[in-house]
Amino acid sequence: MALNRDFVGRAYTAPVPYEVSRVKIKEFAAAIGDANPIYSDREAAAAAGHPDVVAPPTFPIVFSLAGAGEALSDPGLGLNFAMVVHGEQRFEYQRPIYAGDELICTSTITEIRSVGRNEFLTVRSDVSTIEGEPVCRTYNTIVERGGAA
Amino acid sequence: MAATVKYDEVTAGQEIPAVEFPVHRVNLVMYAGASGDFNPIHWNERFAKSVGLPDVIAHGMFTMAQGGRFVTDWAGDPAAVVDYGVRFSSMVVVPDDDNGAVITVSGVIEEKLEDKRVVVVLTARSGDSRVLSKARAVVQLS
Repeated sequence: MALNRDFVGRAYTAPVPYEVSRVKIKEFAAAIGDANPIYSDREAAAAAGHPDVVAPPTFPIVFSLAGAGEALSDPGLGLNFAMVVHGEQRFEYQRPIYAGDELICTSTITEIRSVGRNEFLTVRSDVSTIEGEPVCRTYNTIVERGGAA
Repeated sequence: MAATVKYDEVTAGQEIPAVEFPVHRVNLVMYAGASGDFNPIHWNERFAKSVGLPDVIAHGMFTMAQGGRFVTDWAGDPAAVVDYGVRFSSMVVVPDDDNGAVITVSGVIEEKLEDKRVVVVLTARSGDSRVLSKARAVVQLS
């Protein structure tokens, strides 16, 4: 089933800020198999000039779709999750993410298009601290296989 | 914060040697838990096959994270990656055996930018497939 184009332009802000914790960064680094101590050891992070442990570059995937999740699961959109694969992903940083950051994420469905038999949906997420400092922007494109057939 | 690689010491066209990253089912289970992506195509073979996949496949984000690890290990500082984007061009199929799969990542410094930044283009392969395309990181060097 084709996705509902009326969803393009809709924006969703996660209801509560995401608190970046040392424990979560350590867990995420372990899950990607990365033993870099800057992800798990405050002293190693400090020695490298950081205020606290740093999140790996792909860490925002943990929280950046929380707001858009509501939209993606809306029956009105018509997305069949069983047929979804990840198409493209990008992270643009204004500054690194550190443990202790409290982040606000606003996600906007920027595009829905058909390519062959597949539907492509892109969500842009703008991430800033609760103080309003821009941190990063992420772009997530998912593919619904056979959705346009 | 500073990368250990110095901008003045790299040249456009310079290659960054390949690194192999093994993937087993347990890594996908860990990644599901850490990321919150519990799509059963990443851990349930019966489900994956029922939706037309050859077997359980790795999260695209797991593969992207290995590319990120390749870049941060090279640069010497995770915070040196200021922009990182990929297209997922093929699946990493992870069989339920002792060997699992291997993702091989290599890189080339494509361009030197202003402000001591460089563009690193990555190649990621698993088996005969190129699993990332348009994989590109902008890295802040010292």
